[in-house]
Amino acid sequence: MPTQDEIFKVVQETLEDALGVDDDEVTMDATLQGDLGAESIDFLDILFRLEKGFDIKIPRGELFPENLASADSSFVQDGKVTESGIAQLREKMPHADVDKLAENPAVENIADLFTVRMMVSFLDQKLNG
Amino acid sequence: MRWFWIDRFIEFESGSYAKAVKNVSLSEEHMHDHFPGFSVMPSSLMIEGLAQTGGILLGEKNDFKYAVILAKVPKVTFHSWATPGDSLVYTARLLDERDEGGTVECTAHVGERLVAEAEIVFAHLDPSDPTLGAIDQKNFVFSMNLLGILEVGKAGDGAEKL
Repeated sequence: MPTQDEIFKVVQETLEDALGVDDDEVTMDATLQGDLGAESIDFLDILFRLEKGFDIKIPRGELFPENLASADSSFVQDGKVTESGIAQLREKMPHADVDKLAENPAVENIADLFTVRMMVSFLDQKLNG
Repeated sequence: MRWFWIDRFIEFESGSYAKAVKNVSLSEEHMHDHFPGFSVMPSSLMIEGLAQTGGILLGEKNDFKYAVILAKVPKVTFHSWATPGDSLVYTARLLDERDEGGTVECTAHVGERLVAEAEIVFAHLDPSDPTLGAIDQKNFVFSMNLLGILEVGKAGDGAEKL
């Protein structure tokens, strides 16, 4: 079973290839969109590469849930994620740091849930149970 | 102008690889501006030709159930160029294929000379999606006419058609 460090190395290489970034930019705390410049289509590419790199299947929406804000009208109110929205996120993205979002639940901060650390803990859970 | 950047397929193995030819001609309008006095096939159009080769390979794998669109070119390197009279041979190999899309690795050669190599990611769209109407059809890597090109190049037994 791969260690977190080994998982991180593969994730780092994956992101270097998919996003054309340097290895020193891919830190555990880096956000995929804000720091590494990923766009929506890159998530598909990243998914392909992870599946190949780890020889696993990642069902659609499991690692990168889609349409988070538009899924439910009670999710966002006045530009902020509601408590029920936060609860939904905790359920859908148990591998993400939802606590941090809960501190400042502005809708634009949802993108910051997608970090390198989130990917590593998702894969750790997936590979090591 | 029709948005066809391959002339025909010369080899096609379903779900595995495809080879297509693009004959570069001085009768193509853009060759006179790119560049005056030194005509070379624009590299962007070579990418389009590679994407059409790979996109049809991917589309055919799923019996053209999805609209296949070029989503991203994560890697491309140009080693050389092609001039009028050259036959560019585009080879695309399917690396990955799933419901959401697929990836191909491809090369462009003139004879033995490697002109370009690239990796291309495609996304699948459901053709029955009503929002698709707004998308410019030119961007799709295949259309009924491109399928016609496939017919020309595909020999019934999978052998190269001369």
